[in-house]
Amino acid sequence: MRPDLEIIEQWIRPGSRVLDLGCGDGTLLDRLQREKQASGYGLEINPDHITTCMSKGVSVIEQNLDTQGLGNFEDQTFDVVLMTQALQAVRRPDLVLDEMLRLGREGIVTFPNFAYWRLRWYLMSHGRMPESETLPYKWYDTPNIRLCTFRDFEALCYQKNFRIMNRAVVDGQHRDRWFHRLWPNMLGQIAIYRISRQEN
Amino acid sequence: MPDSLPTDSVGIVTPQTLHFDAPITLACGQTLDSYDLVVETYGELNADASNAVLICHALSGHHHAAGYHHPEDRKPGWWDSCIGPGKPIDTNRFYVVSLNNLGGCHGSTGPNSINPQTGQQYGPDFPVVTVRDWVHSQALLADRLGVRCWAAVVGGSLGGMQALQWSLDYPDRLKHAVVIASTPRLTAQNIAFNEVARQAITSDREFHDGRYYDFDVVPRRGLMLARMVGHITYLSDASMGEKFGRELRDQAYKFGYDAEFQVESYLRYQGERFSESFDANTYLLMTRALDYFDPAYDTDNDLAKALAQASCEFLVLSFSTDWRFTPARSEEMVNAMISARRKVSYAEIESPWGHDSFLIPTPRYMDIFTAYMDRVAREAGA
Repeated sequence: MRPDLEIIEQWIRPGSRVLDLGCGDGTLLDRLQREKQASGYGLEINPDHITTCMSKGVSVIEQNLDTQGLGNFEDQTFDVVLMTQALQAVRRPDLVLDEMLRLGREGIVTFPNFAYWRLRWYLMSHGRMPESETLPYKWYDTPNIRLCTFRDFEALCYQKNFRIMNRAVVDGQHRDRWFHRLWPNMLGQIAIYRISRQEN
Repeated sequence: MPDSLPTDSVGIVTPQTLHFDAPITLACGQTLDSYDLVVETYGELNADASNAVLICHALSGHHHAAGYHHPEDRKPGWWDSCIGPGKPIDTNRFYVVSLNNLGGCHGSTGPNSINPQTGQQYGPDFPVVTVRDWVHSQALLADRLGVRCWAAVVGGSLGGMQALQWSLDYPDRLKHAVVIASTPRLTAQNIAFNEVARQAITSDREFHDGRYYDFDVVPRRGLMLARMVGHITYLSDASMGEKFGRELRDQAYKFGYDAEFQVESYLRYQGERFSESFDANTYLLMTRALDYFDPAYDTDNDLAKALAQASCEFLVLSFSTDWRFTPARSEEMVNAMISARRKVSYAEIESPWGHDSFLIPTPRYMDIFTAYMDRVAREAGA
């Protein structure tokens, strides 16, 4: 399994109730069900992914976060709400984070770090919007409409009074390297955060 | 039937009539001392009886869900698109049971059966049965067939309501409930359409308060009207537009009131054909069963509370252009399942065919249905 998903798995307690926003083909939920006896749902809008989830036995709900929101889920009914590689693709990431911590005790998000040194270099040398393996789209035709950096995300968490429980970094191949941790905002390609509300 | 049998057909099938001698008490308080259920089965029950799937029919459905009765049959069973070798409900893997519900008019005991107490047809004396009664009788049928636990109970529309009711009344007797194009209860608008249909029938002069058998007549006109109005609610504006548009049967307007538009003659034809094959009292009964269906009635209108007793997994499917039971109604059901922490998967399928979409094998519908049932089969060891 991809190292980023392995990192997430370590942060999930056995028997957790999990909601996965944008669950893709259900790989992570399937794994959490089998390895951690987790239960819960994945939300997805891609028809092929939905079908794959169903054949895996992952409970998947066709629901669009941007248009339908999460109002049909009740407060604090999940241990963890996950969102991997989708925060940058929703219209209001800040409100989605609020919703995640309304539904769950903890939230785990992953997103591409726009301050990664290659992207900085691309922008500086070409003067054009960066493209990379994690961000392969043209600026006018990209699902990634809300790009941010490690520091942006942490500033938002600070502003919202969220507690950052864990932070991890992987590269474009989702590898975990020691030097990422040294200077994540410059060297990390993909950010992984585990957050919760402040205790009081 | 086509010249040769399609390879994905269950082939020639023969219904069987099962007689039940033990009295069954119905929700209305009345008891049927004995009754018949007409059943078709496809595929083989495996050694541990874990691969059985129950098909529940909709308003005008019956036991003949797949295959052909006679080589000369023009059309196969009503859900042949989804039941057969290699189809979503794969008869190579599942033992499929399809019945005509109590109160039906295709061989199971219903208003047109002989009442053993009078020697006459029941007619209006046949008790109003409910979805719950059907599920009860289906459980007795399962006992008879040696099925302790269904791998899945599957149904569209009114059939989906039965699947949902199964999950509440016999939680340990099904592993999966597949609820397609259905609703947790009818809206005022749904009931209104049913009432128009019933009024059409009961105001037909040939209805004779439901005792038309005694007069050797059929309230054909009323039944035809009931079917016409029902049929409109099964289609979508778009699909009717595509099929008929404003097309005329002849070139020009005739300035009269005969069927001039194609859609008019289509509806008349559908209504007439239906009135020749369906019993008016059964139509009243089936629409009433729809009206009464409300599993949250006993739990303060809280479906989630009712679902607390369910333990099966659910698949809920809706269709984008279904305005009879809209996707919002399916989502209501799904949200209650989420709230009750049941396992549920849900998809809204893009389809132009309105409520009838559940009978039409559109690609995404078949993909999802196949993927889900494949897992059901794997779990059942089939």
